[in-house]
Amino acid sequence: MPPVLTFIVRRTLWTVLVMFVITVVVFFIFFKTPGVDPARALAGRNPSPQTLAEVRAQLGLNRPLWIQYGIMMKRIFITRNLASYSDQGELIVPEIFAAAPATLSLVFGAAVIWIIVAIVMGVAAARLRGTIYDPILMILALIGVSAPVFWLGQVCNYITQGGLHSTFVFSWVPPLGYTSFTVSPLKWFEGLVFPWITLSILYIGFYARVLRANLLETQSEDYVRTARAKGLSERRVLVRHTLRTSMITFVSLFGLDFGALVGGGAILTEVVFGIHGVGFLTWEALQNLDLPTIMAVVIYGAFFIVLMNALVDIGYAWLDPRVRPA
Amino acid sequence: MPDPLLEIRDLKVTFRTDDGLVRAVDGVSATLYPGETLGIVGESGSGKSVTMMSVMRLITDPNAQFEGEVIYKGTNLMGMSQDQIRSIRGAGIGMIFQDPMTSLNPVYKVGWQIEEQIREHEKVSRQAARDRVVELLSSVGIPNARERADAYPHQFSGGMRQRVMIAMAVSCNPDVLIADEPTTALDVTIQAQILSLIKKLREDFGTAVVLITHDMGVVADMADRIAVMYAGRIVEQGTQRDLFYDPQHPYTWGLLGSIARLDRPRPRRLAAIPGLPPSLMRLPEGCAFGDRCAHRFDRCAELPQLLDRVGNGHLDACHLSRQDKQDLRDRTVHPELVEERP
Repeated sequence: MPPVLTFIVRRTLWTVLVMFVITVVVFFIFFKTPGVDPARALAGRNPSPQTLAEVRAQLGLNRPLWIQYGIMMKRIFITRNLASYSDQGELIVPEIFAAAPATLSLVFGAAVIWIIVAIVMGVAAARLRGTIYDPILMILALIGVSAPVFWLGQVCNYITQGGLHSTFVFSWVPPLGYTSFTVSPLKWFEGLVFPWITLSILYIGFYARVLRANLLETQSEDYVRTARAKGLSERRVLVRHTLRTSMITFVSLFGLDFGALVGGGAILTEVVFGIHGVGFLTWEALQNLDLPTIMAVVIYGAFFIVLMNALVDIGYAWLDPRVRPA
Repeated sequence: MPDPLLEIRDLKVTFRTDDGLVRAVDGVSATLYPGETLGIVGESGSGKSVTMMSVMRLITDPNAQFEGEVIYKGTNLMGMSQDQIRSIRGAGIGMIFQDPMTSLNPVYKVGWQIEEQIREHEKVSRQAARDRVVELLSSVGIPNARERADAYPHQFSGGMRQRVMIAMAVSCNPDVLIADEPTTALDVTIQAQILSLIKKLREDFGTAVVLITHDMGVVADMADRIAVMYAGRIVEQGTQRDLFYDPQHPYTWGLLGSIARLDRPRPRRLAAIPGLPPSLMRLPEGCAFGDRCAHRFDRCAELPQLLDRVGNGHLDACHLSRQDKQDLRDRTVHPELVEERP
């Protein structure tokens, strides 16, 4: 087998193992926290004795531990019929899958914005070092990192939905909520513009600062001097030599942040803008103490983070030949 | 004498720092003729690398200030625009750096890195550039050049990487090759191989070489003419023969005296020059070497000029009379001989 394939297979097996460990840990937290009756916890607020008995029977709570774990995993991954007791028996897994496109649309668009703007800002700041523009850009980035999403989102809504909505600048902004791309691509786009901007601002600030620091460090590397001594243009030195090696950190950070956001981390943005995605679902479940839903979302979120981690490792090997398997 | 290829005229490089101005290079002048090898010798911090980096305009520090002229084939490099100097870097003047472990970009294949330089300067097809890369790599002694061109720098040893750097530096047939301590980071057996490789390329292509080193042994082996630098200035300059057999400056004597020699009785301990080089921020008024010089006298409080005091083009910056120099130097250069005398 070629070494690259071995690497990918090994990485995948490792991913599966990590996933298994996560499900075990989550199961123990929800079912075996000392002093908590899992049936009561899972059954929602003020359950009737019938509901409790039903939960016990459905989840096999009087059977051995490993069977309880097996039943739970079967209901999440195989039969996908784990139901929420506080939400009129709504099936949880289909609900998550139905919410995922909204979250993916939000996170994907925001990611495109934050990558492009962060690269432009980071490169500009590094190139303009020693001028007044570098500190100005970095202070802007710091403000971006410091502005809380829920506040930024509300201000955004206040402007686009409230006071200035009647002016021609913002009259095109649709009311809060998410329109599926398949229903109307234009409405999908219009409804997501401000959520994208709001979500990306924090990451723009953070990534621009990280990239600037990396660029400045790489600029003093001997191989950048070699590239200049070869007679390459400043532009080529920057893009092909300095930026290329600086992107290694950038890419690893991106994988992790992207995974966490798709896994429900965009909860504040989704709630502020009324986008019914995975984060919104989590928020509702938290309000109703809907533990089965929370458990399923946690596992779903962990799944994305682990998956992105694996992709980052593979992407890392693509970016940096030194970590490639020999 | 043919026209000089590269001429440095009164080059001064000053860095602004938080603690004041640092003059790293103070009025260096040197000339390189076609096909010859000029050795620049000096301790760390004597300004030899800064001089050659300034020639290539590779110092990007915004706090650096430059004065003087660098004439390459009749044009002043110091007055050129970035685009003009780029067409000379890598094409007319090639450069090899000290540390081959960090001088190649770790994320690109070595063949690609050489190809990049060729294609920057010449309009050639990828395939033609590729063939030239393979040819270059085998001419610098890399076995299986065609396959090795597709390897990454970390898959090479230090000596092999320096060979790749040399192949890169000569890839566009430069007239001048600047080698900045090309063997310092390598172990001794590899050093000899790299030096003989540079010698061979010099003979094959007629390239003029500027060899920067702190190793007197290396210049003895390689250089036609030698300039000795101390604290940002040239203190002695002459042919290799003059410098080794008739050295004029006490600093040169010190350097020669500190070499372990196989052809002389072994001294009890190797001689060293006492003290440390002065801080470039607080250079003494007169001769910069004065504080460390065993032969200091009152005139040394006045800065000595680099002049031809011998009368054959051999320059030095020392106030001692020619006779004094002849009397004093044997004791410094050959301490073991002095020791043995009754």
